[in-house]
Amino acid sequence: MGAQKKRAAAAAAAARVSEDPDDLARQPLQAILLADSFTTKFRPITLERPKVLLPLVNVPMINYTLAWLEAAGVAEVFVFCCAHSKQVIDYLENSEWFSQPNFTVKTIESHNIISAGDALRLIYEQNVIHGDFVLISGDTVSNMSLTQALQEHKERKKKDNNAVMTMIIKKSKPSPITRQSRLGTDELFMAIDPNTKQLLYYEDKADHSKGTICLDKMLLAENPSISLHNDKQDCYIDICSPEVLSLFTDNFDYQHLRRHFVKGLLLDDIMGYKIFTHEIHSSYAARIDNYRSYDIVSKDIIQRWTYPYVPDVKFCGNRATKLERRGMYRALEIEQSRSAQVGSFTVIGYGTKIGSNSKISDSVIGEGCTIGSNVLIEGSYIWDNVIIEDGCELRHVIVCDGVIMKAGAVLKPGVVLSFKVVIGERFVVPAYSKVSLLQQPTVHDSDEELEYADNSSGTVEFSSIQGTADQSNGEMTSESSEAHKPKLGTGGVGYIWSICEGGQEEEWRHSVAPIPEDKLTELSEAMDDDQELVTQDRTALSTSGELISDSNASEGDDNEDSKDDSVYFEKEVEATFLRAVEENVKVDHVILEVNSLRLSYNMTSADCAGAVFYSMMKLAIKTPHSSASELQQNTANIITTWQKLLKSYLLEIDEEIEIILKFEEMCLESAKEFSPLFARILHILYDKDILQEDAILRWADEKEGADESDKVFVRQSEKFIQWLREASEEED
Amino acid sequence: MNTDDSSWWPMGDGVLCNAASQTYPSCNTFTHALSFFNKIEGSQATARQTAELLRSVISQQRVPYTNQAGALIDAVKAIGEQLIAANPVELAVGNIVRRVLHIIREEDLSLTTAAIGGLNLSAVSDDENDDDRDGDSTLSAAAVAAAARSTLRPPSLQTLLEDTPVSAAVPQTSSSGGDSEGKSKFSFTAADKSSRSRKLKHDVIEAVNELIQDIVTCHEQIAEQAVEHIHQNEVILTLGSSRTVLEFLFAAKEKKRSFRVFVAEGAPRYQGHLLAKELVARGLQTTLITDSAVFAMISRVNMVIVGAHAVMANGGVIAPVGMNLVALAAQKHAVPFVVLAGSHKLCPLYPHNPEVLLNELRSPSELLDFGEFSDCMDFGSGSGSPLLHVVNPAFDYVPPKLVSLFITDAGGHNPSYMYRLIADYYSADDLVVQRRATAGN
Repeated sequence: MGAQKKRAAAAAAAARVSEDPDDLARQPLQAILLADSFTTKFRPITLERPKVLLPLVNVPMINYTLAWLEAAGVAEVFVFCCAHSKQVIDYLENSEWFSQPNFTVKTIESHNIISAGDALRLIYEQNVIHGDFVLISGDTVSNMSLTQALQEHKERKKKDNNAVMTMIIKKSKPSPITRQSRLGTDELFMAIDPNTKQLLYYEDKADHSKGTICLDKMLLAENPSISLHNDKQDCYIDICSPEVLSLFTDNFDYQHLRRHFVKGLLLDDIMGYKIFTHEIHSSYAARIDNYRSYDIVSKDIIQRWTYPYVPDVKFCGNRATKLERRGMYRALEIEQSRSAQVGSFTVIGYGTKIGSNSKISDSVIGEGCTIGSNVLIEGSYIWDNVIIEDGCELRHVIVCDGVIMKAGAVLKPGVVLSFKVVIGERFVVPAYSKVSLLQQPTVHDSDEELEYADNSSGTVEFSSIQGTADQSNGEMTSESSEAHKPKLGTGGVGYIWSICEGGQEEEWRHSVAPIPEDKLTELSEAMDDDQELVTQDRTALSTSGELISDSNASEGDDNEDSKDDSVYFEKEVEATFLRAVEENVKVDHVILEVNSLRLSYNMTSADCAGAVFYSMMKLAIKTPHSSASELQQNTANIITTWQKLLKSYLLEIDEEIEIILKFEEMCLESAKEFSPLFARILHILYDKDILQEDAILRWADEKEGADESDKVFVRQSEKFIQWLREASEEED
Repeated sequence: MNTDDSSWWPMGDGVLCNAASQTYPSCNTFTHALSFFNKIEGSQATARQTAELLRSVISQQRVPYTNQAGALIDAVKAIGEQLIAANPVELAVGNIVRRVLHIIREEDLSLTTAAIGGLNLSAVSDDENDDDRDGDSTLSAAAVAAAARSTLRPPSLQTLLEDTPVSAAVPQTSSSGGDSEGKSKFSFTAADKSSRSRKLKHDVIEAVNELIQDIVTCHEQIAEQAVEHIHQNEVILTLGSSRTVLEFLFAAKEKKRSFRVFVAEGAPRYQGHLLAKELVARGLQTTLITDSAVFAMISRVNMVIVGAHAVMANGGVIAPVGMNLVALAAQKHAVPFVVLAGSHKLCPLYPHNPEVLLNELRSPSELLDFGEFSDCMDFGSGSGSPLLHVVNPAFDYVPPKLVSLFITDAGGHNPSYMYRLIADYYSADDLVVQRRATAGN
């Protein structure tokens, strides 16, 4: 009995001790896989097939994600299907994923969802997520181990209930010239607390033209240490606590995972939710976001960074493929002419035929393709059952299933041919064009996020067109060849999508083709210019900064910002002032308005004085006048009417000096007409008690040591200054 | 495996007979498990899992009354083919599949022999065939003749040469002896047959159990021989980490041998570090060196003892990368190069066979940090083709002339003797595991 009791007690103790790890183990890890990216970057291909089913090195993308989730120990995956949900579900049902023990795949289908936020809200309503879960999109390739990240997440969660999310990041340097990551996304700036790994700032749409990013100064005030990175890549793998779903439900305007959710949490310090990061080093993770990342990730797979998810290892029913020397992957039953040259880092799919003297390098060829003789294929992605006739040239293109390229056709870099397009004989498809059997949707909303609203109609449209194509293929070809003869050559079928306005810029950034030389030189030149500009700014600023005041001339970055701000501020003040003049607003009200502007731009009253004075002078110069004396008269009038406004900012002598300096600057640059009148207007200002003699004398003293060129106006008003000095001496 | 097997194994021979077209949940799991986790568990665990899976295949297989061995062989081949295809790099899988096939053949042969011993010889002359092609059996004239021969002689090279493939030979003989006299003259009763079929299956499963036992205990069996090879105050060099080597060294240590171990770290996976840790934990004097220092240190070494990934039929060794370097250094200084390998690592194929996948290229991330080099792999600018290639092969081939001695669970052998061991373990028909399109039925 005693022994039994002891055993029971021991068991209980063991249970208590092992509660936590047990808890970890027993709670099956769940994952939400979004089988829709809610973007349109892969159009026109995604009009016909969902992105997650597009082949990546001859295996549908979703298989990489699912295979990784399974290997990472996820027990249950909810695949959220939206666009082309039927295709995704059909594919999954016929795949082996539904028959795995210890790994369940469930699909959730919805058609009226237009964003990731909506999807998560829907999943929340279904109440299927019970614990921590992995949030991933179906176009992510990874081989990382989740164990450590998951453990860190759980431990943090135990200590701090507000640590709701762990974001996986990886080091990857962005290109210094194009300011985009190797995956074709914009340069990403992150501020991370180096000790706790808490994410403090996330900006993926930084304005590069300015060359600056703005950090909230509270960030620096609140955190003892902070490290700012631009060499991290967001892997778009998140470990989330169940709270994340309810957060989405609470904030019904969250749509985008990063732009709204992450930034929203970072900005909103009321709830105090925190996001942490986990950096992976040796393992791989990347999301396919655009054509460039499709290219890059394909190459990474071929270079085996994603091992064991590589073509020659069977991980999800991919065909047996052998890796040969120089990184050539060849499936079985390939017919290759003896004279064909297949170069390094190529993948050739099952049952493909390659004719004589064809050259293939750095490319992926799908299954059942027929490639004629003297064909050149370089850096291209050719999917299944494509027929390429003799003498075609393909460089850095994507060619979808069932495309036929007639003899001699040429595809320039960056071309995307969607399903079943036919390119006519000797036709040259211009660079970066996208060709599809479907016509381009007429309404092109530039906001990619919310554009999926018309997605369902897109599929319907597709099916109808497909129907007609199937029923009356001949008719269709004749018709379209008639209509589009000039477009795709003789016998060509398909529409070339027009590149939307402003899209030209994006095309080369995100296409599969490498960035052309001229663009690169253009960019690097632009960057040099930028740098010059910045340095120029700095020098200009530092000289004038010394002159203005010795307050904050030291901090370069700060100054740049404040300079930008001050320009805006001046414009605002000027607009306010002009409106006041036009509408005869009371002076008090104008003061109030300028004050509010001053607060919002965080300006000193000297800035206000300068800006107000500047606007007054601008007004004076704009009022019609024929001679200098008339201009002087106008100025005097305006100064008299608005002296109260000006005076309300002239609290100290510094502000008065600021006005003189401003005036001087105007005379030199924007309003040269004033330059002969400088001394007289100075006198008027003195007369009206706007400027005191101390200010003028101090200004004159300061100018004493300046360059000759700077002293033009001092000399002009020498007499006046002289008079002032004498007057003060007399007083003494 | 355990009792769970039956729950995920589809019952009924209909499924198993069409093996190629069917997908097996359990088989899929297993292939998944293999392709993902064999790198962690090592070839011993893989071999054991393979043997256990094949045992469950055999135990679930419903054998027909006749040609039971053929049915079993077909079933095993069907699964084996998938297993090998799932992970061609792990040769132990193929080895175990072939071992099991060999076991089935041997058991069948010995049963037949026993049957003949108890048979009236006149029964042999009766052709038991009926018009139904299913009626053909292993007791065809040729088989019986072969069996009769083998009762006189123990299995030998000659048997191996003369023993024709069962499924190929049997239909031929049955068609030649076309006249059917009915079953009345047939000396077995149905009860006899079923007991015989149960007996064959039973025997095969027994033998597979023994095989599993062998695999499980191979480390100990190899380690038992340690004292014969490691002498007092010797210096042993090893590369990387191998459980067999670890156990071997421990066994010598336990027998109060005092010796020192040099461990080459085994770049790029640095498993030598782990080995050094474990050796130190057991109180062995250990020196850790880089792989490139092997040549410098070899003159102080008395013996090189390493593990292997696979041993080929010619006595060549497929071993972790860097091993050839060590072998060449050992040869230069006439230091004995000893390879430890459990019998499951014995591969009946030659390294030049096309189906032998000699190497595996692993992820470049083991060599360099992706983040640091990511700007070298930015294909956005430049020609679009990568200028930096990182190659990370997992294995080296060490030719037989560089190996001094193999120590397997069956004792120590010269490289030139390997072919003989292999003849004991495998039958020549199974070298290529591929199911015939129309086998038997």
